[in-house]
Amino acid sequence: MAKTRYAPDKGLTARMTLTMFLLGLVFVAFIIVLVWLLSAFGVGSGAIIFFAILLGAGLTIGSFFYSDKIALSAARAVEVGPNDGPMAAKVHGIVDRLCALADMPKPRVAIARSPMPNAFATGRNAKKAVLCVTTSLMDGRLDDRELEGVIAHEMSHVAHKDVAVMTIASFLGIIAGLLVRFAFYGQLFGGGGRSNNDNNGGGAIVLLITLAVGIVVYAVSFLLIRLLSRYRELAADRAGALLTGQPSALASALTKVSGDIARIPQKDLRQAEPLNAFYFAPALSGKAGASLANLFSTHPSLDRRLRQLSEISEQLAR
Amino acid sequence: MGFLDTLLGRTKPVPPKLDDLFAIPTAAITLQAAMGLVPTGTGSVCFRAAEGRAFSDIEKDVRELLSMGEDAAPVEVTTDSYGFTWLVCHHAADDVEALVTDLHAVNSSLVDGGFGPQLLCTLVSFRDDSGKRLGLVYLYKRGTFYPFAPLDNERRDNALELQVRGAVGVDLKIEPDLNRWFAVWGAPGL
Repeated sequence: MAKTRYAPDKGLTARMTLTMFLLGLVFVAFIIVLVWLLSAFGVGSGAIIFFAILLGAGLTIGSFFYSDKIALSAARAVEVGPNDGPMAAKVHGIVDRLCALADMPKPRVAIARSPMPNAFATGRNAKKAVLCVTTSLMDGRLDDRELEGVIAHEMSHVAHKDVAVMTIASFLGIIAGLLVRFAFYGQLFGGGGRSNNDNNGGGAIVLLITLAVGIVVYAVSFLLIRLLSRYRELAADRAGALLTGQPSALASALTKVSGDIARIPQKDLRQAEPLNAFYFAPALSGKAGASLANLFSTHPSLDRRLRQLSEISEQLAR
Repeated sequence: MGFLDTLLGRTKPVPPKLDDLFAIPTAAITLQAAMGLVPTGTGSVCFRAAEGRAFSDIEKDVRELLSMGEDAAPVEVTTDSYGFTWLVCHHAADDVEALVTDLHAVNSSLVDGGFGPQLLCTLVSFRDDSGKRLGLVYLYKRGTFYPFAPLDNERRDNALELQVRGAVGVDLKIEPDLNRWFAVWGAPGL
Protein backbone atom coordinates (compact mmCIF):
# COMPACT_ATOMS: atom_id res chain seq x y z
CA MET A 1 0.00 0.00 0.00
CA ALA A 2 1.39 3.32 -1.04
CA LYS A 3 1.66 6.05 1.51
CA THR A 4 -1.14 8.56 1.77
CA ARG A 5 -0.58 12.29 1.80
CA TYR A 6 -4.07 13.10 2.85
CA ALA A 7 -4.19 12.76 6.62
CA PRO A 8 -7.38 14.07 8.22
CA ASP A 9 -7.08 16.97 10.65
CA LYS A 10 -7.74 15.31 14.00
CA GLY A 11 -7.98 18.59 15.89
CA LEU A 12 -10.67 19.92 13.58
CA THR A 13 -12.60 16.67 13.80
CA ALA A 14 -12.43 16.71 17.58
CA ARG A 15 -13.59 20.33 17.85
CA MET A 16 -16.44 19.69 15.45
CA THR A 17 -17.52 16.59 17.37
CA LEU A 18 -17.48 18.56 20.63
CA THR A 19 -19.59 21.35 19.10
CA MET A 20 -22.18 18.89 17.83
CA PHE A 21 -22.19 17.14 21.20
CA LEU A 22 -22.81 20.43 23.01
CA LEU A 23 -25.62 21.29 20.60
CA GLY A 24 -27.21 17.92 21.33
CA LEU A 25 -26.73 18.50 25.06
CA VAL A 26 -28.47 21.89 24.91
CA PHE A 27 -31.26 20.27 22.92
CA VAL A 28 -31.78 17.53 25.50
CA ALA A 29 -31.66 20.02 28.38
CA PHE A 30 -34.17 22.19 26.53
CA ILE A 31 -36.60 19.27 26.13
CA ILE A 32 -36.21 18.30 29.78
CA VAL A 33 -37.01 21.83 30.95
CA LEU A 34 -40.03 22.00 28.65
CA VAL A 35 -41.37 18.69 29.93
CA TRP A 36 -40.79 19.86 33.49
CA LEU A 37 -42.65 23.11 32.77
CA LEU A 38 -45.56 21.17 31.34
CA SER A 39 -45.82 18.75 34.22
CA ALA A 40 -45.32 21.39 36.92
CA PHE A 41 -47.78 23.96 35.66
CA GLY A 42 -50.29 21.87 33.75
CA VAL A 43 -51.22 22.55 30.18
CA GLY A 44 -51.25 26.34 30.54
CA SER A 45 -48.03 26.66 28.54
CA GLY A 46 -48.66 23.52 26.54
CA ALA A 47 -50.27 25.24 23.59
CA ILE A 48 -47.38 27.68 23.17
CA ILE A 49 -44.74 24.97 23.30
CA PHE A 50 -46.75 22.73 21.01
CA PHE A 51 -47.20 25.42 18.38
CA ALA A 52 -43.57 26.50 18.60
CA ILE A 53 -42.36 22.96 17.98
CA LEU A 54 -44.92 22.37 15.23
CA LEU A 55 -44.11 25.59 13.41
CA GLY A 56 -40.37 25.11 13.97
CA ALA A 57 -40.50 21.59 12.56
CA GLY A 58 -42.56 22.84 9.62
CA LEU A 59 -40.07 25.62 8.85
CA THR A 60 -37.10 23.29 9.18
CA ILE A 61 -38.58 20.59 6.96
CA GLY A 62 -39.70 23.22 4.44
CA SER A 63 -36.30 24.85 4.23
CA PHE A 64 -34.68 21.43 4.06
CA PHE A 65 -36.74 20.24 1.12
CA TYR A 66 -36.83 23.53 -0.75
CA SER A 67 -33.33 24.76 0.13
CA ASP A 68 -32.26 24.70 -3.52
CA LYS A 69 -35.27 26.64 -4.81
CA ILE A 70 -35.23 29.13 -1.92
CA ALA A 71 -31.53 29.88 -2.26
CA LEU A 72 -31.63 30.12 -6.06
CA SER A 73 -34.57 32.50 -6.12
CA ALA A 74 -33.15 34.60 -3.27
CA ALA A 75 -29.92 34.96 -5.24
CA ARG A 76 -31.90 35.42 -8.51
CA ALA A 77 -29.83 32.64 -10.03
CA VAL A 78 -30.64 30.86 -13.26
CA GLU A 79 -29.82 27.23 -13.85
CA VAL A 80 -27.64 26.74 -16.93
CA GLY A 81 -26.69 23.80 -19.15
CA PRO A 82 -23.24 23.22 -20.63
CA ASN A 83 -24.27 24.84 -23.93
CA ASP A 84 -25.63 28.10 -22.54
CA GLY A 85 -22.74 30.34 -23.43
CA PRO A 86 -19.01 30.36 -22.69
CA MET A 87 -19.42 31.15 -18.98
CA ALA A 88 -21.71 28.17 -18.43
CA ALA A 89 -19.48 25.92 -20.52
CA LYS A 90 -16.47 26.83 -18.41
CA VAL A 91 -18.18 26.16 -15.08
CA HIS A 92 -19.61 22.89 -16.37
CA GLY A 93 -16.17 21.83 -17.61
CA ILE A 94 -14.59 22.51 -14.22
CA VAL A 95 -17.42 20.79 -12.35
CA ASP A 96 -17.25 17.75 -14.67
CA ARG A 97 -13.56 17.26 -13.99
CA LEU A 98 -13.81 17.80 -10.26
CA CYS A 99 -16.71 15.33 -10.08
CA ALA A 100 -14.63 12.74 -11.90
CA LEU A 101 -11.69 13.40 -9.55
CA ALA A 102 -13.87 13.18 -6.44
CA ASP A 103 -16.10 10.37 -7.74
CA MET A 104 -19.34 12.17 -6.94
CA PRO A 105 -22.51 12.77 -8.95
CA LYS A 106 -22.60 16.03 -10.86
CA PRO A 107 -24.58 18.84 -9.23
CA ARG A 108 -26.69 21.21 -11.29
CA VAL A 109 -25.02 24.50 -12.15
CA ALA A 110 -26.56 27.97 -11.81
CA ILE A 111 -25.28 31.46 -12.48
CA ALA A 112 -26.42 34.56 -10.59
CA ARG A 113 -25.97 38.09 -11.88
CA SER A 114 -24.35 39.91 -9.00
CA PRO A 115 -21.64 42.49 -8.43
CA MET A 116 -20.21 40.33 -5.63
CA PRO A 117 -17.67 37.69 -6.61
CA ASN A 118 -19.01 34.68 -4.74
CA ALA A 119 -20.32 31.13 -4.99
CA PHE A 120 -22.59 28.86 -2.99
CA ALA A 121 -23.86 25.31 -3.03
CA THR A 122 -27.25 24.20 -1.79
CA GLY A 123 -29.73 21.32 -2.04
CA ARG A 124 -30.54 18.67 0.50
CA ASN A 125 -28.51 15.83 -1.01
CA ALA A 126 -25.92 15.19 -3.69
CA LYS A 127 -28.57 14.49 -6.32
CA LYS A 128 -30.53 17.67 -5.62
CA ALA A 129 -27.43 19.81 -5.20
CA VAL A 130 -27.05 23.06 -7.10
CA LEU A 131 -23.79 24.91 -7.41
CA CYS A 132 -24.14 28.61 -8.06
CA VAL A 133 -21.47 31.13 -9.05
CA THR A 134 -21.97 34.85 -9.53
CA THR A 135 -21.17 36.58 -12.80
CA SER A 136 -18.53 38.75 -11.20
CA LEU A 137 -16.67 35.68 -9.95
CA MET A 138 -16.21 34.83 -13.61
CA ASP A 139 -15.32 38.26 -14.96
CA GLY A 140 -11.63 37.60 -15.00
CA ARG A 141 -10.47 38.79 -11.60
CA LEU A 142 -9.90 35.16 -10.61
CA ASP A 143 -7.70 33.06 -12.85
CA ASP A 144 -8.78 29.54 -13.83
CA ARG A 145 -6.94 27.79 -11.02
CA GLU A 146 -8.47 30.09 -8.43
CA LEU A 147 -11.93 29.60 -9.88
CA GLU A 148 -11.40 25.85 -9.73
CA GLY A 149 -10.40 26.19 -6.07
CA VAL A 150 -13.60 28.06 -5.25
CA ILE A 151 -15.72 25.46 -7.04
CA ALA A 152 -13.86 22.60 -5.31
CA HIS A 153 -14.66 24.27 -1.97
CA GLU A 154 -18.37 24.37 -2.86
CA MET A 155 -18.35 20.78 -4.08
CA SER A 156 -16.91 19.76 -0.70
CA HIS A 157 -19.92 21.41 0.95
CA VAL A 158 -22.09 19.15 -1.21
CA ALA A 159 -20.04 16.06 -0.34
CA HIS A 160 -20.21 16.89 3.37
CA LYS A 161 -24.00 17.39 3.13
CA ASP A 162 -23.62 20.74 4.85
CA VAL A 163 -27.13 21.90 4.00
CA ALA A 164 -28.59 18.91 5.85
CA VAL A 165 -26.20 19.19 8.78
CA MET A 166 -26.74 22.93 9.25
CA THR A 167 -30.51 22.65 8.83
CA ILE A 168 -30.75 20.01 11.52
CA ALA A 169 -28.41 22.03 13.72
CA SER A 170 -30.56 25.15 13.28
CA PHE A 171 -33.76 23.31 14.25
CA LEU A 172 -33.13 23.91 17.94
CA GLY A 173 -32.44 27.59 17.46
CA ILE A 174 -35.59 28.04 15.37
CA ILE A 175 -37.81 26.43 18.03
CA ALA A 176 -36.21 28.41 20.84
CA GLY A 177 -36.62 31.62 18.84
CA LEU A 178 -40.28 30.93 18.12
CA LEU A 179 -40.91 30.05 21.74
CA VAL A 180 -39.44 33.35 22.89
CA ARG A 181 -41.63 35.22 20.45
CA PHE A 182 -44.82 33.34 21.40
CA ALA A 183 -44.16 33.67 25.12
CA PHE A 184 -43.48 37.36 24.68
CA TYR A 185 -46.74 37.99 22.85
CA GLY A 186 -48.55 35.69 25.29
CA GLN A 187 -47.24 37.86 28.09
CA LEU A 188 -48.41 41.02 26.36
CA PHE A 189 -51.88 39.96 25.29
CA GLY A 190 -52.65 36.66 26.96
CA GLY A 191 -52.81 37.56 30.68
CA GLY A 192 -56.10 39.50 30.90
CA GLY A 193 -58.02 37.67 28.25
CA ARG A 194 -58.08 34.32 30.00
CA SER A 195 -61.34 33.26 31.60
CA ASN A 196 -59.82 31.55 34.62
CA ASN A 197 -58.73 34.07 37.25
CA ASP A 198 -57.15 31.47 39.52
CA ASN A 199 -54.72 30.42 36.87
CA ASN A 200 -53.61 33.88 35.86
CA GLY A 201 -50.75 34.20 38.32
CA GLY A 202 -49.40 30.76 37.46
CA GLY A 203 -49.77 31.38 33.75
CA ALA A 204 -47.72 34.55 33.89
CA ILE A 205 -44.92 32.76 35.73
CA VAL A 206 -44.93 29.95 33.21
CA LEU A 207 -44.71 32.44 30.38
CA LEU A 208 -41.84 34.24 32.10
CA ILE A 209 -39.94 31.02 32.66
CA THR A 210 -40.57 29.91 29.08
CA LEU A 211 -39.33 33.28 27.86
CA ALA A 212 -36.17 33.03 29.95
CA VAL A 213 -35.44 29.45 28.93
CA GLY A 214 -36.08 30.27 25.30
CA ILE A 215 -33.72 33.24 25.37
CA VAL A 216 -30.91 31.26 27.01
CA VAL A 217 -31.30 28.30 24.65
CA TYR A 218 -31.52 30.60 21.65
CA ALA A 219 -28.35 32.45 22.60
CA VAL A 220 -26.33 29.33 23.36
CA SER A 221 -27.48 27.43 20.29
CA PHE A 222 -26.88 30.50 18.11
CA LEU A 223 -23.25 30.62 19.20
CA LEU A 224 -22.80 26.87 18.78
CA ILE A 225 -24.36 26.88 15.31
CA ARG A 226 -22.07 29.71 14.22
CA LEU A 227 -19.11 27.79 15.62
CA LEU A 228 -20.18 24.67 13.77
CA SER A 229 -20.60 26.68 10.57
CA ARG A 230 -17.03 27.98 10.88
CA TYR A 231 -15.70 24.44 11.37
CA ARG A 232 -17.66 23.24 8.33
CA GLU A 233 -16.07 26.02 6.27
CA LEU A 234 -12.59 24.96 7.38
CA ALA A 235 -13.42 21.35 6.53
CA ALA A 236 -14.64 22.38 3.07
CA ASP A 237 -11.49 24.46 2.48
CA ARG A 238 -9.42 21.47 3.44
CA ALA A 239 -11.28 18.93 1.31
CA GLY A 240 -11.38 21.33 -1.65
CA ALA A 241 -7.65 22.03 -1.48
CA LEU A 242 -6.83 18.33 -1.27
CA LEU A 243 -9.14 17.58 -4.19
CA THR A 244 -7.37 19.93 -6.59
CA GLY A 245 -3.97 19.54 -4.96
CA GLN A 246 -3.68 23.34 -5.15
CA PRO A 247 -4.18 24.86 -1.69
CA SER A 248 -2.36 28.04 -2.67
CA ALA A 249 -4.75 28.71 -5.55
CA LEU A 250 -7.68 28.53 -3.13
CA ALA A 251 -5.82 30.78 -0.71
CA SER A 252 -5.21 33.44 -3.34
CA ALA A 253 -8.85 33.22 -4.45
CA LEU A 254 -9.88 33.82 -0.84
CA THR A 255 -7.72 36.90 -0.45
CA LYS A 256 -9.01 38.34 -3.72
CA VAL A 257 -12.67 37.59 -3.03
CA SER A 258 -12.78 38.81 0.56
CA GLY A 259 -10.89 41.95 -0.38
CA ASP A 260 -13.37 42.68 -3.15
CA ILE A 261 -16.42 41.97 -1.04
CA ALA A 262 -15.49 44.51 1.60
CA ARG A 263 -15.59 47.20 -1.09
CA ILE A 264 -19.11 46.43 -2.39
CA PRO A 265 -21.90 48.95 -1.73
CA GLN A 266 -24.09 48.46 1.32
CA LYS A 267 -27.38 47.70 -0.44
CA ASP A 268 -26.17 44.48 -1.96
CA LEU A 269 -24.65 43.41 1.29
CA ARG A 270 -28.01 43.55 3.03
CA GLN A 271 -29.69 41.63 0.27
CA ALA A 272 -27.16 38.86 0.45
CA GLU A 273 -27.01 38.52 4.21
CA PRO A 274 -29.58 35.75 4.79
CA LEU A 275 -27.69 33.49 2.43
CA ASN A 276 -24.35 34.02 4.11
CA ALA A 277 -24.08 30.61 5.73
CA PHE A 278 -23.84 28.95 2.34
CA TYR A 279 -21.57 31.42 0.59
CA PHE A 280 -17.92 30.92 -0.19
CA ALA A 281 -16.92 34.13 1.56
CA PRO A 282 -19.28 36.04 3.81
CA ALA A 283 -20.53 39.42 2.69
CA LEU A 284 -19.79 41.07 6.04
CA SER A 285 -16.32 39.74 6.65
CA GLY A 286 -14.96 43.32 6.63
CA LYS A 287 -12.73 43.56 9.66
CA ALA A 288 -12.12 40.11 11.01
CA GLY A 289 -9.84 41.39 13.76
CA ALA A 290 -12.35 41.76 16.58
CA SER A 291 -12.88 38.56 18.53
CA LEU A 292 -16.55 39.32 19.19
CA ALA A 293 -17.19 39.55 15.46
CA ASN A 294 -15.45 36.20 15.08
CA LEU A 295 -17.73 34.65 17.66
CA PHE A 296 -20.84 35.64 15.72
CA SER A 297 -19.58 35.04 12.22
CA THR A 298 -20.57 32.14 9.95
CA HIS A 299 -17.11 31.98 8.39
CA PRO A 300 -13.68 31.69 10.00
CA SER A 301 -11.38 34.68 9.70
CA LEU A 302 -9.33 34.98 6.54
CA ASP A 303 -6.16 34.50 8.59
CA ARG A 304 -7.41 31.23 10.01
CA ARG A 305 -8.34 29.90 6.57
CA LEU A 306 -5.05 30.96 4.99
CA ARG A 307 -3.10 29.37 7.83
CA GLN A 308 -4.81 26.02 7.29
CA LEU A 309 -4.22 26.16 3.53
CA SER A 310 -0.53 26.85 3.94
CA GLU A 311 -0.27 23.88 6.30
CA ILE A 312 -1.84 21.68 3.61
CA SER A 313 0.53 23.09 1.00
CA GLU A 314 3.47 22.15 3.19
CA GLN A 315 2.03 18.68 3.70
CA LEU A 316 1.66 18.12 -0.06
CA ALA A 317 5.19 19.23 -0.88
CA ARG A 318 6.81 16.92 1.64
CA MET B 1 -17.86 7.48 2.21
CA GLY B 2 -19.15 6.65 5.64
CA PHE B 3 -21.84 8.44 7.61
CA LEU B 4 -19.31 9.60 10.18
CA ASP B 5 -17.02 11.08 7.54
CA THR B 6 -19.91 13.08 6.15
CA LEU B 7 -21.03 14.22 9.58
CA LEU B 8 -17.53 15.33 10.49
CA GLY B 9 -16.73 16.82 7.11
CA ARG B 10 -13.59 14.81 6.50
CA THR B 11 -13.98 13.43 3.00
CA LYS B 12 -10.80 11.89 1.74
CA PRO B 13 -9.46 12.04 -1.80
CA VAL B 14 -10.49 8.89 -3.66
CA PRO B 15 -7.79 6.39 -4.64
CA PRO B 16 -7.81 5.29 -8.30
CA LYS B 17 -8.77 1.85 -9.59
CA LEU B 18 -6.07 0.67 -11.98
CA ASP B 19 -6.65 -2.96 -12.97
CA ASP B 20 -9.45 -2.52 -15.47
CA LEU B 21 -7.12 -0.58 -17.75
CA PHE B 22 -5.73 -3.88 -19.07
CA ALA B 23 -9.04 -4.70 -20.73
CA ILE B 24 -8.29 -2.12 -23.44
CA PRO B 25 -6.36 -4.41 -25.86
CA THR B 26 -9.29 -6.85 -26.03
CA ALA B 27 -11.72 -4.01 -26.60
CA ALA B 28 -9.47 -2.64 -29.34
CA ILE B 29 -9.76 -5.91 -31.25
CA THR B 30 -13.53 -5.88 -30.86
CA LEU B 31 -13.78 -2.27 -32.04
CA GLN B 32 -11.72 -3.00 -35.11
CA ALA B 33 -13.70 -6.12 -36.01
CA ALA B 34 -17.15 -4.72 -35.32
CA MET B 35 -16.89 -1.09 -36.35
CA GLY B 36 -13.68 -0.62 -38.31
CA LEU B 37 -12.24 1.67 -35.63
CA VAL B 38 -8.47 1.23 -35.56
CA PRO B 39 -6.23 2.35 -32.68
CA THR B 40 -3.95 5.22 -33.67
CA GLY B 41 -1.23 4.12 -31.25
CA THR B 42 -1.65 7.26 -29.18
CA GLY B 43 -2.80 7.27 -25.61
CA SER B 44 -2.67 9.75 -22.78
CA VAL B 45 -2.98 9.99 -19.03
CA CYS B 46 -4.65 13.05 -17.54
CA PHE B 47 -4.04 14.17 -13.98
CA ARG B 48 -4.31 17.26 -11.80
CA ALA B 49 -0.80 18.28 -10.84
CA ALA B 50 -0.47 19.08 -7.16
CA GLU B 51 1.59 22.05 -6.11
CA GLY B 52 4.99 21.62 -4.56
CA ARG B 53 8.30 19.92 -5.09
CA ALA B 54 7.16 16.37 -4.29
CA PHE B 55 4.78 16.19 -7.22
CA SER B 56 7.02 17.84 -9.79
CA ASP B 57 9.82 15.41 -8.89
CA ILE B 58 7.54 12.44 -9.50
CA GLU B 59 6.30 13.92 -12.76
CA LYS B 60 9.87 14.38 -13.96
CA ASP B 61 10.75 10.78 -13.04
CA VAL B 62 7.76 9.45 -14.99
CA ARG B 63 8.75 11.36 -18.09
CA GLU B 64 12.31 10.06 -17.93
CA LEU B 65 11.10 6.51 -17.31
CA LEU B 66 8.82 6.52 -20.35
CA SER B 67 11.45 8.00 -22.65
CA MET B 68 14.02 5.35 -21.66
CA GLY B 69 12.68 2.25 -23.48
CA GLU B 70 14.56 1.03 -26.59
CA ASP B 71 11.91 2.00 -29.15
CA ALA B 72 10.34 4.72 -27.10
CA ALA B 73 8.95 7.80 -28.78
CA PRO B 74 9.32 11.02 -26.80
CA VAL B 75 6.54 11.65 -24.34
CA GLU B 76 4.62 14.86 -24.88
CA VAL B 77 3.44 16.89 -21.92
CA THR B 78 0.65 19.40 -22.33
CA THR B 79 -1.54 21.36 -19.96
CA ASP B 80 -5.14 21.91 -21.02
CA SER B 81 -7.24 25.01 -20.41
CA TYR B 82 -8.58 23.54 -17.16
CA GLY B 83 -5.09 23.21 -15.70
CA PHE B 84 -4.94 19.43 -16.04
CA THR B 85 -1.72 17.82 -17.28
CA TRP B 86 -1.75 15.28 -20.12
CA LEU B 87 1.13 12.88 -20.71
CA VAL B 88 0.83 11.62 -24.27
CA CYS B 89 2.54 8.36 -25.33
CA HIS B 90 2.98 7.20 -28.93
CA HIS B 91 3.40 3.61 -30.07
CA ALA B 92 2.94 1.55 -33.21
CA ALA B 93 -0.75 1.37 -34.11
CA ASP B 94 -0.91 -2.40 -33.68
CA ASP B 95 0.82 -2.47 -30.30
CA VAL B 96 -1.94 -1.47 -27.93
CA GLU B 97 -0.49 -3.68 -25.19
CA ALA B 98 2.75 -1.70 -25.08
CA LEU B 99 0.76 1.52 -25.01
CA VAL B 100 -1.32 0.34 -22.06
CA THR B 101 1.83 -0.78 -20.24
CA ASP B 102 3.27 2.71 -20.64
CA LEU B 103 0.08 4.33 -19.42
CA HIS B 104 0.07 2.02 -16.45
CA ALA B 105 3.64 3.04 -15.61
CA VAL B 106 2.41 6.62 -15.19
CA ASN B 107 -0.38 5.46 -12.90
CA SER B 108 1.75 3.34 -10.66
CA SER B 109 4.41 6.04 -10.31
CA LEU B 110 1.82 8.54 -9.14
CA VAL B 111 0.17 6.03 -6.82
CA ASP B 112 3.53 4.98 -5.33
CA GLY B 113 4.35 8.62 -4.70
CA GLY B 114 1.12 9.02 -2.79
CA PHE B 115 -0.60 11.08 -5.48
CA GLY B 116 -3.04 8.45 -6.78
CA PRO B 117 -6.07 10.65 -6.10
CA GLN B 118 -4.75 13.22 -8.59
CA LEU B 119 -5.40 10.86 -11.55
CA LEU B 120 -8.40 11.92 -13.64
CA CYS B 121 -8.68 9.74 -16.72
CA THR B 122 -6.80 7.91 -19.40
CA LEU B 123 -7.63 8.18 -23.09
CA VAL B 124 -6.82 5.81 -25.95
CA SER B 125 -7.67 7.11 -29.40
CA PHE B 126 -9.18 5.34 -32.42
CA ARG B 127 -9.99 6.35 -35.99
CA ASP B 128 -11.86 4.78 -38.89
CA ASP B 129 -11.39 5.05 -42.67
CA SER B 130 -13.82 7.92 -43.06
CA GLY B 131 -11.91 9.98 -40.50
CA LYS B 132 -14.28 9.56 -37.57
CA ARG B 133 -12.46 10.02 -34.29
CA LEU B 134 -13.13 8.16 -31.07
CA GLY B 135 -11.52 8.34 -27.65
CA LEU B 136 -12.00 5.53 -25.19
CA VAL B 137 -11.88 7.24 -21.81
CA TYR B 138 -11.11 5.38 -18.58
CA LEU B 139 -12.32 7.02 -15.36
CA TYR B 140 -9.85 6.13 -12.62
CA LYS B 141 -12.16 6.77 -9.68
CA ARG B 142 -15.05 4.75 -11.09
CA GLY B 143 -13.04 2.01 -12.77
CA THR B 144 -15.29 2.43 -15.83
CA PHE B 145 -14.95 3.42 -19.48
CA TYR B 146 -16.95 5.66 -21.77
CA PRO B 147 -16.63 6.56 -25.45
CA PHE B 148 -16.05 10.16 -26.52
CA ALA B 149 -16.49 11.01 -30.21
CA PRO B 150 -15.81 14.69 -30.97
CA LEU B 151 -17.14 16.40 -34.10
CA ASP B 152 -16.27 19.89 -35.28
CA ASN B 153 -17.43 22.94 -33.30
CA GLU B 154 -17.49 21.17 -29.93
CA ARG B 155 -20.30 18.80 -30.80
CA ARG B 156 -20.36 15.12 -29.94
CA ASP B 157 -21.31 12.23 -32.19
CA ASN B 158 -23.69 10.66 -29.68
CA ALA B 159 -24.85 8.02 -32.17
CA LEU B 160 -21.32 6.72 -32.61
CA GLU B 161 -20.75 6.80 -28.85
CA LEU B 162 -23.85 4.71 -28.16
CA GLN B 163 -22.92 2.32 -30.94
CA VAL B 164 -19.48 1.85 -29.35
CA ARG B 165 -21.10 1.28 -25.98
CA GLY B 166 -23.06 -1.60 -27.52
CA ALA B 167 -20.01 -3.04 -29.25
CA VAL B 168 -17.57 -3.13 -26.34
CA GLY B 169 -20.11 -3.56 -23.53
CA VAL B 170 -18.94 -7.13 -23.03
CA ASP B 171 -15.21 -6.38 -22.93
CA LEU B 172 -15.27 -3.24 -20.81
CA LYS B 173 -17.15 -1.95 -17.80
CA ILE B 174 -19.03 0.96 -19.37
CA GLU B 175 -19.99 3.86 -17.12
CA PRO B 176 -23.77 3.46 -16.60
CA ASP B 177 -24.39 7.07 -15.56
CA LEU B 178 -24.44 9.10 -18.80
CA ASN B 179 -23.97 12.28 -16.76
CA ARG B 180 -20.43 11.21 -16.09
CA TRP B 181 -19.52 10.92 -19.77
CA PHE B 182 -17.97 14.35 -19.66
CA ALA B 183 -16.52 15.92 -22.78
CA VAL B 184 -12.75 16.21 -23.11
CA TRP B 185 -12.55 18.78 -25.91
CA GLY B 186 -9.13 19.21 -27.37
CA ALA B 187 -7.70 16.24 -25.51
CA PRO B 188 -4.14 15.80 -26.78
CA GLY B 189 -3.64 12.83 -29.05
CA LEU B 190 -7.29 12.56 -30.07
